Formats: sequence, structure tokens, C-alpha cells
Amino acid sequence: MSSKIALIIQREFINRVRKKSFLIMTILGPILSAALFILPAYFATLPDEERVVVVLDEPVLMDFDKGKENLKFNYLDPRKFDLEDARRFYEKSGHYAFLYIPPGGSNMDPDFITQNIVLYSMGDINFSAEGYIEDLLEKYIQKEKLKSQGVDPEVLARTQTKVDIRTINIEEGTEKESLTPVKMGIGYIAGFLIYLFVFIYGAQIMRGVIEEKTSRIVEVMISSVKPFELMFGKIIGLASVALLQFLIWLVFGIALYFVAATFILGDALEASKVAAPGYAPDQDLALQIMNTIGQIDFPYIIGCFLFFFMFGYLLYAALFAAIGSAVDKESDTQQFMFPVSLPLIASIIVLIRALDNPDGSIAFWFSIIPFTSPIVMMARIPFSVPWWELALSMVLLVGAFLVMTWLAGRIYRTGILMYGKKPRLKEILKWITYRH
Amino acid sequence: MSSLSIQNVSKFYGDHTALNKVSLEIPQCSVFGLLGPNGAGKTSLIRIINHITAPDEGEIRIDGQKLKPAHTANIGYLPEERGLYPKMKAGEQVIYLARLKGLSKTEATQRAKAWFQRFEMKEWWNKNVEELSKGMAQKVQFVATIIHRPKLLIFDEPFTGFDPINTNLIKSEILKLREEGATVIFSTHRMESVEEICDRIALINKAQKILEGPLKGIQQEYKSNIYQLELINTQSEPPELPAGAELLESKREDNSWHLQVRLQQDEPNRLLQKMMTQGNLVLFKEQIPSLNTIFIQKVSSL
Repeated sequence: MSSKIALIIQREFINRVRKKSFLIMTILGPILSAALFILPAYFATLPDEERVVVVLDEPVLMDFDKGKENLKFNYLDPRKFDLEDARRFYEKSGHYAFLYIPPGGSNMDPDFITQNIVLYSMGDINFSAEGYIEDLLEKYIQKEKLKSQGVDPEVLARTQTKVDIRTINIEEGTEKESLTPVKMGIGYIAGFLIYLFVFIYGAQIMRGVIEEKTSRIVEVMISSVKPFELMFGKIIGLASVALLQFLIWLVFGIALYFVAATFILGDALEASKVAAPGYAPDQDLALQIMNTIGQIDFPYIIGCFLFFFMFGYLLYAALFAAIGSAVDKESDTQQFMFPVSLPLIASIIVLIRALDNPDGSIAFWFSIIPFTSPIVMMARIPFSVPWWELALSMVLLVGAFLVMTWLAGRIYRTGILMYGKKPRLKEILKWITYRH
Repeated sequence: MSSLSIQNVSKFYGDHTALNKVSLEIPQCSVFGLLGPNGAGKTSLIRIINHITAPDEGEIRIDGQKLKPAHTANIGYLPEERGLYPKMKAGEQVIYLARLKGLSKTEATQRAKAWFQRFEMKEWWNKNVEELSKGMAQKVQFVATIIHRPKLLIFDEPFTGFDPINTNLIKSEILKLREEGATVIFSTHRMESVEEICDRIALINKAQKILEGPLKGIQQEYKSNIYQLELINTQSEPPELPAGAELLESKREDNSWHLQVRLQQDEPNRLLQKMMTQGNLVLFKEQIPSLNTIFIQKVSSL
């Protein structure tokens, strides 16, 4: 009997792994997701085209500020231009925008000037450009105000300080530098991976069941094996595919880490040799991250991840199989997909909050309730989770998996032999009670 | 000693009764026709025999033993709706299904190859099932059904979808299997398609068995002493019949008379003698009722 399940697992596994789509997803998956993170950052660093803002600064407020690399100011001489001339000049020049700062009158009241500054443009003004100009004006007006209060700008410049707090977490035994951002990153990636795998592989199970049903092989199959064996074999077969895919990524990731470590650390060591002793160069963020990564308990996190990954997948897989068994074609699955997807989508929303506050009550409850715990608990695991909470969550998850698989199996064995009209949810639930 | 014994089996789906206390005895080495219109309960019964579903009442015994999951290794089942994994190679598929029936990998491979050779489909071995024509796929499925040499073979609507050549091929293979000791069950609503090859039959209608027995015996029982004759003579008057014979139909064609005659008593020789005196008798045949006729007669008499 168990050899039959083994055969089914083997078929599912080999059939998927042999497919080109598996190879493509395994290789392309990490590249695509990396691109998702890296490309926007890369585009942000690309130089913008240079824009010129024509400025008529009558009170000479801006002190002929040059602007920044992609936003330059072109000052018109207030003695030669009035507002009308300047506008006409701007319209003819085709420059990006025209900034008008009106004279402050006799008392040079900065607030009065502020209220009457206008930025003219012939198209839409870029949000960041407008923000930049506003910040700049605020700075100069503040300076004017300080001057009028008798504060020397020189003194002000000297008093400016930059603070970088070093956070240290005392709870973690030895004093380590706090790894909060890195931990958040790990929690997010882990939770999101589980979410993704549950959906992708759950949908594959559903499709597999529908395929067996529509190709009518299912009746031949269950004249040889029990429906539950067929369902279970399919679920485990696909789980091993998912696991293989994940392990390939893990090996890639570790290899990449070591390659990166040799390059970045190597460079950083060179740099620190050259630099004066005691001087910590600010640009060594990469080095810092490398350092902190070394302090994270990866075996513990990966172990927990594999547990929640497997059982989260198993919990949902049986449900997806039951949905697939109830319908004749994929387009009929929508209404049943909704109740199953809901907790998954809720988990991904809570995941973000849980990363922010891993010990909060929302994070606690969602990481205990089985349907959301696989994803939300992963947000908490890189931070310290009390052992009993972790144990409770794991026990409940395994229990829920057993109960749901049993229920789904009962729906499945009736569903796979039902053809024709699309059943309603109520009927499907009734199948649970059918005797076979 | 019977190979398959179905005792008082009932099956209900909610309010619907699919089978109502059906009992059948299917002897070893026979071809058994399970006949009845669509929706009579044939498929429900077959699924119970295949251990796909369980009966709500009654029990099934194979060779005297109560039906249990291990028995499925000795059953070969070709469902009405044929199907194979579309994205799996034909050869692999047959091996896979054979192994699920308990064959070892080597044995499954060996037998599958032999069958592919015998059915002249070696070149399909590495083709995905979806690339095969419908007839080809059915041959592959037939091989998958019988590859584990089951003692009990169940064919639901066996000849639908096969072309005449394949139908003959399959028929002769099935009869060969019976000679080798297999018990064969045919389930169909097209009664005329199995009339010639069944040893025993059962008629099922509306979840109930209405008739069961050897085909020949049933036909004898339901025959109505009607004879067909063709007599060559030149007279324009219909031939004279002996006493107790009733002329049902007469037709003149060229020089011959075609007659249909019902006898009150089963004494065809008297009719024969009388007719021989009136011309050249070229046809004298008792009309055996078809299963269709019997079925209709039986249903309407209930």
C-alpha cells in the first residue's frame, strides 16, 4: 500500500522536475525577484536630464544658489527684468519652470515674501523638483529670520550635529549590535516565500487534480489506489518538488554570499588598512551588513522556516486538492478559491505589521492561528520568540494539517467522481459526511 | 463455485437509490453481460466491485472471500469514460498503471513492450498520450487494463469509440483471456453489441435486477414460436397453413412467398411438412428474440 503512494509521489516528482518550466522557474525565479528589488534602486541612481529653472529673485533671497546636479537655477537680473518681462523670457526660453520671488517691500518681511512666491510652469512640475525648491526656500527664509533675530549663520553652521545611534540588544546574551533591519529583511523574505510557494504549488495541485478529472484517468487510478492515497501522493510529490527548488535556491544563496563576502570583505579590509586607525568609514554599510549576518542564528531560522514552509504548504495543499476535485474546469474554482486565499492574503498584510512589532498582540495571535501562522510566525522568528509560543504554534499547525487533510480527503473522494454541474459550497460540505 | 457473487447489494446517493437489493452470480471463466439502459445502476455496481465505492447494504464475495482492497490487483477495469494522463508517454503510462496493480518494474516493462509489439504500436512508446489518436489511446488503455493478467475483467461500454477493426481485435483478445481463465463482465446499454459473446446476462432497470441467467436459456424462454419461411412456388394465393398455425405476415416477391408464422404448439415439423408439399422451401428459421426485445417485453410486463 505504501509502495503505491511511493509510486505516485515518484511520478508527480519526476513529471514536474522534468518539465522545462521547472528549470526556468528555478533559475529565473531568483533573478526575477532580485530584479524586482534591484532595478528600481538602480533606476533611481541613473542621472536625470538636467532641468533649468528660471528665477527672478527680487529680494535676492536665494543668494544665487546653484541648485543640484539635475536642477539648475538661471537667475535674471531684477534690475533689468520685471515679472512680465521675466515670464515672457521664460516662455520663449522653453526652460523647465519659472520661479518668482516678489520683493519684500520696505520691511523685508520674510513671511510676506513666502506667501507670494509663485512657481510658473508650462507642463506638470515634477513632485521632487517642487519639493526641492520648497526645501531650499524654507532654508533661506529661515536664515533670513535668524539674521533678523541677530543669529550669526556662521555660528549656526558650526552647531549642526549628525547623530547615528548604535542600538544594542542586551537580551540576546552577549551584547551584540542590534540586527533589526537585517532580521526584518529575513522575516519578510521568509514569510513572503512561504506565501508564494503555498499559492504557486497549491494552484499546481489543484490543476493536477482537475487534469486527472477531466482526462478521466482518475477512475482508473482509484480502481488501483484509494482516493486518499492518490491525493496524498500528489501533495507529497509536489512538496518534494518545492523543497528541491528551495534547496537549489538556498545553495545558490549561500554560494552567492560567500562570493560576495570575499569580494566586499576583501575590499573593506584593504580600505581599513589604508585608513587611519579608529576611523570607521561611513560607506562600509555592506561590511556592516556582512558582520551582522554572521551573528544571525541561521540553522535555527532555516529549521523553523522548513517546518512552517512544509506544514503551511501541507495545510493548504489538501484544501486546494479538495477544490480541484469539486470542479470540472479551472474557471469554476474562483468562488472556492476566495475563502482559501483570504487567510493567506491576511497573513501577508499582518506580516508587515508583525515585522514592525514582533511582540504585539496582532503578531502573537496571527502567529498562533494555524491558517496564518506559517507566514506570520516567520516574521517573528528572527527576533526572539518565547519557546512555548513557538511550540504551541507548531502543534496547532500540525493538528490543523491533520484535520484539514482528513476533511479535504473526504471531499476529494466524492468530488473526483462527480461530473456535470458545478456544486455549491453547501453541497461540497455535505460530501464530508458521505459514507463510502 | 462462482467467481463473483453479489449479494443483496444496495447503494443510495441521498434520496436517490442507485441499486436496490441486487444479487448476481457470475461464474468463473465466463463472459457476463450486465445490461440495462443508461442510469439503471450499472456503473454504480461496477464501482462497488472495483472497490471505488462501498455498498450501503449487502456484500460482494470474490472466490468466496469478502471483497477487500487487495482484490483490486486481480481486477482489470476499463471505465466508460476512457482516460490517460495526457502529458505522459504511452509506454511509461502503461508501466505506471501496471506497477500500481502490483507488478514489479522489470515485469511491467517486459509485458508492456510485448503488448506494444503485439498490437503493432511500438513506435508510440515514447509519444505523449495527447499526441495519439483516439483509437490509439484506446488500444493503449486496453493494454493497461489487462497487463497485470487480472482474473476479473470489467469493461464498461467496451466497444464505444473503437473502429470496427479494433473492435474485432479487442473482442478476440477478450475471448482469449476468458480461455486463459479470466471472468469477464461487459456492461452496456447497447445490448446487441454483446449478444453474440455473452454466456450469461443480467438485465438491470431502475436500480433493480429484472432478469438473470444463461443467454441461450433466456432466449429459449422468451421465444414466441415464430418462424420465418421462404417458399418458392408460382401460385398467387398464399400457401395453406396447418391447423394451429397463424399467419402473421405474408409478402409476395417475384416467385417466392415470404411468411411469418406463429405456431400454437412447439411443433415446427408439422409446419415444415405441410409447406414442403406446396413448393420449394428455401428458408425455414425460428425467430430468436433479441435482447432488446426481451428487455422491452420484460420491462413492459412489470
